[in-house]
Amino acid sequence: MYDFAYHKPTSVADAVKILSADPDARPISGGQTLLPALKHRLNKPTAVVDLSGIAELKGIRRDGDKLIIGALAKHHEVAENAEVKAAIPALAQMAGTIGDTQVRNRGTIGGSVSNNDPAADYPAAVLGLGATVVTDKRRIAADDFFQGMFTTALEPGELLVAIEFPIPEKAGYAKMRNPASRYVMAGAFVAKTKSGVRVAINGAGPCVFRQADMEKALTANWSPDAVAGIQQSADGLNGDIHGSAEYRAHLVTVMAKRALANAG
Amino acid sequence: MNVVTPFEGIGASVKRKEDLRFLSGRGQYTDDINRPRQTYAYILRSPHAHAAIRGIDLAAARAMPGVVAIFTGEDMKGIGGLPCGWQIHNKDGSPMAEPPHPVLAQGKVRHVGDSVAVVIAETKAQARDAAEAILVDYDVLPAAATMEAALATGAPQVHDGVAGNICYDWHIGDPAVNAAAFQSAHKVVEFELVNNRLIPNAMEPRAAVGDYDPTTGDYTLYTTSQNPHVIRLLMGAFVLQLPEHKLRVVAPDVGGGFGSKIFHYAEEAIVTWAAGKIARPVKWTADRTESFITDAHGRDHVTKARLALDANGKFLALHVQTLANMGAYLSTFATSVPTYLYATLLAGVYTTPTVYAEVKAVFTNTTPVDAYRGAGRPEATFLLERLVDVAAREMGMDRVEIRRRNFIPNDAFPYQTPVALQYDSGDYVATLEQALESSGWASFEQRRAEAKARGKLRGIGISTYLEACGIAPSAVVGALGARAGLYEVGTIRVHPTGSVTVLTGTHSHGQGHETTLAQLVTDRLGVPLAQVDIVHGDTAKIPFGMGTYGSRSLAVGGSAMVKAMDKIVAKARKIAAHLMEASVEDVEFDRGTFRVAGTDKTKSWGEICLTAYVPHNYPIEEIEPGLDETAFYDPKNFTYPGGCHICEVEIDPETGKVDVVNFTAVDDVGRVINPMIVEGQVQGGVAQGIGQALLETAVYDEAGQLLSASFMDYQMPRAEDLPPVSVATHTTLCTHNPLGVKGCGEVGAIGSPPAVINAVVDALQDYGVRHIEMPATPAKIWNIINAGHKLAAE
Repeated sequence: MYDFAYHKPTSVADAVKILSADPDARPISGGQTLLPALKHRLNKPTAVVDLSGIAELKGIRRDGDKLIIGALAKHHEVAENAEVKAAIPALAQMAGTIGDTQVRNRGTIGGSVSNNDPAADYPAAVLGLGATVVTDKRRIAADDFFQGMFTTALEPGELLVAIEFPIPEKAGYAKMRNPASRYVMAGAFVAKTKSGVRVAINGAGPCVFRQADMEKALTANWSPDAVAGIQQSADGLNGDIHGSAEYRAHLVTVMAKRALANAG
Repeated sequence: MNVVTPFEGIGASVKRKEDLRFLSGRGQYTDDINRPRQTYAYILRSPHAHAAIRGIDLAAARAMPGVVAIFTGEDMKGIGGLPCGWQIHNKDGSPMAEPPHPVLAQGKVRHVGDSVAVVIAETKAQARDAAEAILVDYDVLPAAATMEAALATGAPQVHDGVAGNICYDWHIGDPAVNAAAFQSAHKVVEFELVNNRLIPNAMEPRAAVGDYDPTTGDYTLYTTSQNPHVIRLLMGAFVLQLPEHKLRVVAPDVGGGFGSKIFHYAEEAIVTWAAGKIARPVKWTADRTESFITDAHGRDHVTKARLALDANGKFLALHVQTLANMGAYLSTFATSVPTYLYATLLAGVYTTPTVYAEVKAVFTNTTPVDAYRGAGRPEATFLLERLVDVAAREMGMDRVEIRRRNFIPNDAFPYQTPVALQYDSGDYVATLEQALESSGWASFEQRRAEAKARGKLRGIGISTYLEACGIAPSAVVGALGARAGLYEVGTIRVHPTGSVTVLTGTHSHGQGHETTLAQLVTDRLGVPLAQVDIVHGDTAKIPFGMGTYGSRSLAVGGSAMVKAMDKIVAKARKIAAHLMEASVEDVEFDRGTFRVAGTDKTKSWGEICLTAYVPHNYPIEEIEPGLDETAFYDPKNFTYPGGCHICEVEIDPETGKVDVVNFTAVDDVGRVINPMIVEGQVQGGVAQGIGQALLETAVYDEAGQLLSASFMDYQMPRAEDLPPVSVATHTTLCTHNPLGVKGCGEVGAIGSPPAVINAVVDALQDYGVRHIEMPATPAKIWNIINAGHKLAAE
């Protein structure tokens, strides 16, 4: 890696101040994406701002019909947290299948959601549950947050502070892993919420997206059978040496069925 | 007084002596070695598969902090190229094309990762920083990224003067006899298949430290090698022109090789040569990306085959035409892999009376391809065992029955095949029966039905295979074009108090030699295992050796030790006879005790050893003091392990994902020295075989960029991909080495891939599948199932 300055602020305000002053500074939490990029010299930040000392980014709590998860919550913490398991078991289950043990003990929900890797898990839960992304400046609805491959509504210098998940009536997640990287090749997060049925698809396309046909079908009939006949169009989906867009489109239906089976 | 401990000898599952060091982090690998005043090398590599170098501007790089020296091909013009160790001849008798393999590129780069310049600096980071400041003016040329592209009309020429990118066009067998046999066939089964290209991925990346002492002119190379003496010979004699007595090569602990660390690589020559130039040690350690693009790859064959059968399913003739990818340059043993390690195995365990094989080796703008665990034999086995399954199906015969009908019977040994080899022993029916029984073959249809009820497609596959290893008689390989002998060397150094140091020319890089070879000494001399140390991997300590590959360490290296122990025992008996005032003929030796036959007069091992070194009462007129013997052993033949592998899979028809649910291996590896180590070797080999069959493949794009150049895209087998592997052995002894051993390092990787694919094809029998290429990925299988569904819908 190239040389960079290292900062370890203890408040969101201090972190934002450093990041706003220097457009080439990069925040780091678990480092699961940034560190490999640095090691491969694919990224040359002037400064790395380590968020791990900021107390206000930590913690998982339930607030009425919402679950609020701090940006620094590690995947392992989400997977094992009693409040998460009780309120949104599908979210805990998802967190427990991200990467491997080492990744789950370093990677954070804030890092994953901010990075918006198309093959990441958490964006499907955030979009599928209709969560709200809380930053140091504002509150952003999930539908407005994920804008494209590795692109979100976050502005330069803006930090994700927490995610507020409305507690659904039912929710389920299923994914097919990429055989090599074990990231998501195609996944589906389904939820029956107060504001309606939501289906979020990750891995298959350049960015997590909602599957309107499935949402409509499930609104009428919440069951795996309801989506079994719905074919996802392959247009615009990812294709690579591990599988074509058509294969991923097929997997969307399979994973949606399995997510519903998991949701019960 | 030594205590004989029978449980540590031949046949005992002794725990591995070396594991305490490895598991507690005390191994000493090449990258752990640091020399005073050491510098660090970074190799600037080609980002292009094929380009002319119009110029290299080093000015900015030379001015970077910490830079000690920068060298390019221009500086190494007088240095020899990397040699190829095996000369193959064309059908017309002319020698193969053997273009130069420069250590640093000479005006042209031929694959992504080809070495262009070396930067030597005070730190690794400084070397890399400076390398990024080097400006190379490339004239990018069209690349021949695949064999198909390389063989096309008007294809880019990888090497000037190598017409059509053909390295050689070789054959074995009698074409006229073969063609005639096809005339009388009841049926001819034609088949095409690919053996997928693999990337070895040893846990430890390659590394090298060069050192030079200007006061003596002595060079030392520490390197991640499976065969340090071979590296000394190749690098000393062919590349750097350094005599053996001035060049020491040390291969310390090595973290896996699988063949990829047999070969002499450019970086070894670069750090050794550069250490002399700057009179400071030079260290280079590959990162994982460099491993992917510069470690020699494995396999990569495209084959057409025809099998002639009579009405009873007896094989009459086999004709095979194979294209083998060499990559951009000839790696050390690349040329032997698709010829003498492949086509000579095409009789397999069957009595096919005539086999004719034609092999064309092709240059492409890709990383060189060479031996990888099994080397040629997995390719032969995959072809044969798939072909036999296809033949059975098309003849309407049972898959097991067609094999039985064609097995070489037990009374036919020694068996001369039509492709040069003479098998010494085997019992193919016994390994088959044992595997059928232990896998529950007969009750499979119940499991298939039960899986179907769960929505899964279950299949079972079998492979009855054989391989040739323990490579091999020097005279034979020499006649076939090898440029080295393939004997092995062992020294038994008995110390005055009776403990033993063994110097072996083989090299352990995960196989457990420090335990297995010590067991031979314990078994023969009665010295407890704790008092036997195995020394390997240092040309300054060990007389000579050819190293470890081709499952040869025990069969050849162990046999050399036996011969050296014969000399030790013969001399010790003379000392004992002298002390006991008996005739030598009357002195018996059995594991630590010398006895005058038929009497209670005995002398212990310890007494004899001490006497040898304190020769006060000694037959000094007859023998010299000391007890230290060396033997060179050149085997009479290859060894021929074989056996039966049975694999059971379940496929999720919705995703195409294959789960291996059951794997049974029954192997004949000859006499088993340490059953636990054999089990581990077979399991590891099976893991690599399952990796090849279901997961791994190297993929290049049209421009010659390696798309699967990291673990993000190259699928290594993980624990969750592997079933419990049931390993058993059924022994027939090798008839021509003193231990009766055959070798077990490669059987797992050789026998397993066709068993897996045969199981996958069996699971998909309702979809009209004749063959599925490796790796059988979920996407590939879904395509087949999806096409089948569409077929049904039409």
